This record gives sequence, structure tokens and C-alpha cells, in this order.
Amino acid sequence: MEIKKGIGVSPGVVISAALVLDAEDLVIPRRLVPVDEVPGEIDRLGRALSETMVDRIQLRDRVASKYPREVAAILDFHIGVLKDKSLLSQVMAKIRTERFTAEYAVSTVMREYAAMFSQIADRYLSERVKDIHEIERDLLKKLIGQKHEDMLHLQTDVVVIAHDLLPSQTAALDRSHVKGFATDVGGRTSHTAIVARAMGIPAVVGLGNITAEVSGGDTIIIDGNHGVVIVNPDDEQLEENRESERKRVRIEGELVGLTELAAETRDGHVVSLQANIEFPVEVDDALRRGAQGIGLYRTEFLFLASETEPSEADHYKAYADALSRLSGRPLVIRTLDLGADKHKGALPANQERNPFLGNRSIRMCLRDIPMFKRQLRAIMRVSQMGDVRIMFPMISTLMELRQARMVLNDVMEELEDEGVEFRRDIPVGMMVEVPAAAYMASNFAKEVNFFSIGTNDLIQYTLAVDRTNETVAGLFCPAHPAVLGMLRDIIRAGARNSIGVSVCGEMAGEPLYTLLLLGLGLNIFSMNGPDIPEVKKIIRSVTMDHARQVARRVMSFDSERQVMHFLREETRKISPEAV
Amino acid sequence: MNSGQRRRRAPPTGRGKPTAVENMAIVSRKTIIRNRDGLHARPAMAFVDIASKFESRVTVVKGGEEPVTADGKSILQMLTLLAPLGTTLRIDADGKDAERAVAALAELVESKFGED
Repeated sequence: MEIKKGIGVSPGVVISAALVLDAEDLVIPRRLVPVDEVPGEIDRLGRALSETMVDRIQLRDRVASKYPREVAAILDFHIGVLKDKSLLSQVMAKIRTERFTAEYAVSTVMREYAAMFSQIADRYLSERVKDIHEIERDLLKKLIGQKHEDMLHLQTDVVVIAHDLLPSQTAALDRSHVKGFATDVGGRTSHTAIVARAMGIPAVVGLGNITAEVSGGDTIIIDGNHGVVIVNPDDEQLEENRESERKRVRIEGELVGLTELAAETRDGHVVSLQANIEFPVEVDDALRRGAQGIGLYRTEFLFLASETEPSEADHYKAYADALSRLSGRPLVIRTLDLGADKHKGALPANQERNPFLGNRSIRMCLRDIPMFKRQLRAIMRVSQMGDVRIMFPMISTLMELRQARMVLNDVMEELEDEGVEFRRDIPVGMMVEVPAAAYMASNFAKEVNFFSIGTNDLIQYTLAVDRTNETVAGLFCPAHPAVLGMLRDIIRAGARNSIGVSVCGEMAGEPLYTLLLLGLGLNIFSMNGPDIPEVKKIIRSVTMDHARQVARRVMSFDSERQVMHFLREETRKISPEAV
Repeated sequence: MNSGQRRRRAPPTGRGKPTAVENMAIVSRKTIIRNRDGLHARPAMAFVDIASKFESRVTVVKGGEEPVTADGKSILQMLTLLAPLGTTLRIDADGKDAERAVAALAELVESKFGED
């Protein structure tokens, strides 16, 4: 039994078997498999070897005609190593007798050979070390790739243990059987955290080296409430955790009773609670929890889920699906927000030195107009099927906004020429998530139909904190007076220009900030579905007078500690278990 | 150097056919690495390719203070022999086609693996 402490980023407790994902660019930790899984590991090894060999043979045949024969000779050597029976029997022996995972067995044996060759003084042979490493890496890639494949066709419930989860991995996982995440790295707003909350499953991140300490099939408790992971728990702990799980289900049941009730303060002020989603299928769950619409539909997953860029038909299908589930409720579609931490497929992070300040999001779209148009055409084509709205992310200058609108106008003209019907006055809004846009909110408010404040990025850009860097992640705080001043000004600029303002960042779903945002005059809160009942409960327990008083008081503070302390006290008075 | 020697693994029963006796034999021959760069990856690969065409088990032994033995059909083991120019290697083959295997492999080594 082992207890590991990390950061709880998605609430709930789950007890399940572990599925461990290795990362091919990291050292493979020593991990064992149960005896009955040995034949399965041998089988995986065989498949990885023959797949890698086929790749090499094809590559050799391709290069043979174009390059000098030395190149093909190197590939022949690789093929020879992959065919090497004594290598195979050495690796199989590690799996059979020591019960190593196929990954660890391959890594151990290949590294022994690499070490042996690197000690040899002969230049020709020491050069071969590179080849050995390359073959090892490719074999691991295949083996790890198989595990990812497995995630698509799970037979039983698992919790996924990984170094870090990439968007391309989470997009493809079997959502009915994955019950929790635990990762080595990450923070509160990392991709793993967002996906876990969207799926409503517990997650703990920042565990250091959990991947080295868990073997596939181990029993794991993931306690997302307390940021704790227990590996192979004893009976006492199992019972304790089952009890708290029963309690959680009971409380959730009570909150769900709120679904049919409006998000209305005691003195009759009504706000709208909406949900953030990544997949159309999430609409159902959001509605069950009381969402009155989708305030943020992240479309990145369309791009990340497959190897090729989505076609207009792919976009259309997803949007039409979401709309059909919403029966008339609003759907805010955010155009592609790819770049920075969300990268296409398993490609290495792009070579930009500062990706968060680089070619991402709307900047990327405006540099790839055909791709941007495919998405906008699909949105316009579904615009009469329901209450669809378009939102541009990461706008930092008026020119950018105008350019994006021009592309949209082009698309409308094209559709008109083609005789396709659409809603010409579709609401067009923008994310306010760059400090420059926040500062100029009153200028922007005259050119859009709504604002949606992306607090995660706004905070990170305002406070100059990389939220995924564990060393400084502690400085990431929504309660910083500079952030709160911006929120106040954006909401005010929206009100003066009679446009809607929502918050769609994490902050909207954190009960600690509900009173404050309400008091600042926010009227749309868009959050992860599971957070809705709790936030609604707070709204239904207060008056606007009280909320405004709280907001005024908070705006007089000059440190985030004061703000958080005060908000915690005030919130506790209303809902003791919320904070 | 090309004088092949035949050793008997087990005494013939006297009743078996002569071919059966041949099947039990290990064929062995000594040869010297003559190409300038020694037994590096490409020559070793050529050796393994040819050795793998035969049914017989092929073993290569490097003599000296600490003798090293390698499976002649394993590229990784062949490289661990570390055999530069001038190294004497003994090629052993065990099986039905041992004679032909040793002849072909010795020929490859003696012909400098087609290098230089």
C-alpha cells in the first residue's frame, strides 16, 4: 500500500484497476505484470516487433532508389536487429521469468546492448549505439501505441495513470470505462484537469512519479477531493473510501433536486447558468444538471480526435448533433482555439520559443483562411437549426476582430451565392482573455454582440504565470485585485453597451467566487456541468444587495489573500460545505 | 587455413545409415578477418543473412584469453564479438547442412565480405 499526495483537480472518489500509459520519450519504469498477463505481454511484444519491422522494410524500399546504399544498409541493420532471434528470446525471458512489462523488458535488454556497444573503442561499433536507441524508441512507440488503442476498446472500468495526458489521447479514450485520471505532472487548469471535470470523473495531477509506482491492474483509489491517490489500499481504506463515495452520491442527489429550479436570488434577480462542453454528447449530462444552454463549445477536439483536419461535413455533423440535443437553448461555438498547450496529435510541441505568446487560436485561423472558412461555413449552415452563436477566441486587437468578421462575411456571401439558407444576424461575440482586450473592452463592446471572459488565460496573461509550470502555478490566482479590476471593467463595459457578458473560465464554476461575480453584475455563468448545482444553490440563497455589498468590499482590498479570506467567510455563511 | 576438420559428436552405432551419422556432426572451420574495417555492422549483417539461410545452428567463436561465443544468426551477438582486421574466428555449424553452411560463411569472410 502506498499513499501519494498530489493536486486534486476534479472532485470525487473512485476505486478501480489501473491502466498505465508510458511515454516513449521518458525512461520506462520497472513495472511487473501478473502471471496470467504474461502471454498477453509476449503477444504485444511480437506485434510491436513485426509492425516495426514492416515499417523499416517499407522505408528501406522507399529510400533504396533515392539514397546511397549506405542509407539502405543502416536500415538493413535495423531490420536485422528486429529479426534477431536471440534478442527476442532475451526479451521474452525477461517477461516470462521476471514478469516485466513488454515495455520494460524491451527497454532493459536494448539498453544492455547499447551500454555494451558504447564501451567498445571501435568507431563503427560505437556508432551503432544510436541505432540501438532508435530501434528501442520505435518499439516502445508501438507498444505504447497499442495501449492507447486499448483505451478505445476497454472491456472493464479503469483509472488511467500517465505522465501527462495529451488532448489527442483524451479525445480518443473510451468514456464509458475510464473512471479517473492520475498523472505525474500538471496543475489545476491543465488539459487533464479540464477533461476530467468535463467528464465528471475524479482526477489528481502533479503526483511526481506515480507512473513508476503503479503497475497495470493494481487497485487504485483516486480521491479528487483531497488530492490523494492510494495504490493497492488495505481493507480499512477501501471501506473508508466506499463510505465517503456513498456520501458524495447522496449530496449530489440532493443538489440535482435543484435542476428544475431557476438560478434566481432571493430577491428575484435571475441569471443564466450554462455549461462548457467539448463533445456534443456532453449536452445531455449538462441539461440533466440544470444547464440553460452551452456557453462554451470547445471545437478543438474535432481537430485533435483524428489524424486529418476535419472537413466541413465533420464540423456540420458535430454542431447539428449538439443543437438537436439542446432543443432551442443557446449554443455558443468557439472557433478553433488550437496552439500553445493543445497540439495536434503526438507531434513534438512546436518550435516556438514562447507558444502561449505565439501563433495560436485566432492568429492561427487568420493565417489559414481555408481551414477557418470550413469551420465558419459549417456554423452558418446550422445557424437556422437552433440558437447558434459564434465566438472568436484570443482577440487582442480591433483589427483582428474585424478581419475575423470579414472572413465570416465572405462565408455568408459564398453561401448566399450557393443558395444556402442561414441566419444573417447570427450573434457574434469574442472571448476577452488577453489583457489588451480587457483594457479596451468598451471599444470592443461596440463591435460585438457579446463578451465571454476566459478567466484562465486572462489570469495567466495578466499575472504572467504559466499555469502548467508547477514551480510558479501557486501564483496563478483569480482573486488578484488586478484580475478582479479587469473583470469589473469588462462587465461594466458590456452593461453600458447592452451586450451580454459571461464568464466561461474555471472561476465561473468555483463557489468561492459566485457571490462576487453576481455582485459585479455578471448575468451568464458558464461552467462544467457538475459545478452547476452547487453554484445555483449559492445564488438561490442570497440577495443581490448582499452580493453587491460583497463585491464592493472585495474591490477595496489590495491583496488576493484578503480577498480569498473574506470570500471564504461570506460563502461559508451561506453554504458551509461549498468552500 | 581452409582445411576443414570433422569431429564426431557421438560414436556411430554402426547400424545407422551413413547419412544419419553425418547429421550428428559439427562442422568447424577457422578463418581470418581480412577486410580493413573488421567485422562491423554491414559485414556482420551479411554474415547473419547467409547463416540464416541454413537450417544448422551456427556459432562463431573468437579465441584468445577470454573466448567469446556468438550465435551466428544474431546480428547483436555477432557485433559483440568485436573482430577487427586480423582476428581469427572459428565457425561452427551443427545440423544437416552444416558442411555447406560453413563453406559459404568461410567463403564470405575470406572474400573480405565484398569490401575494400
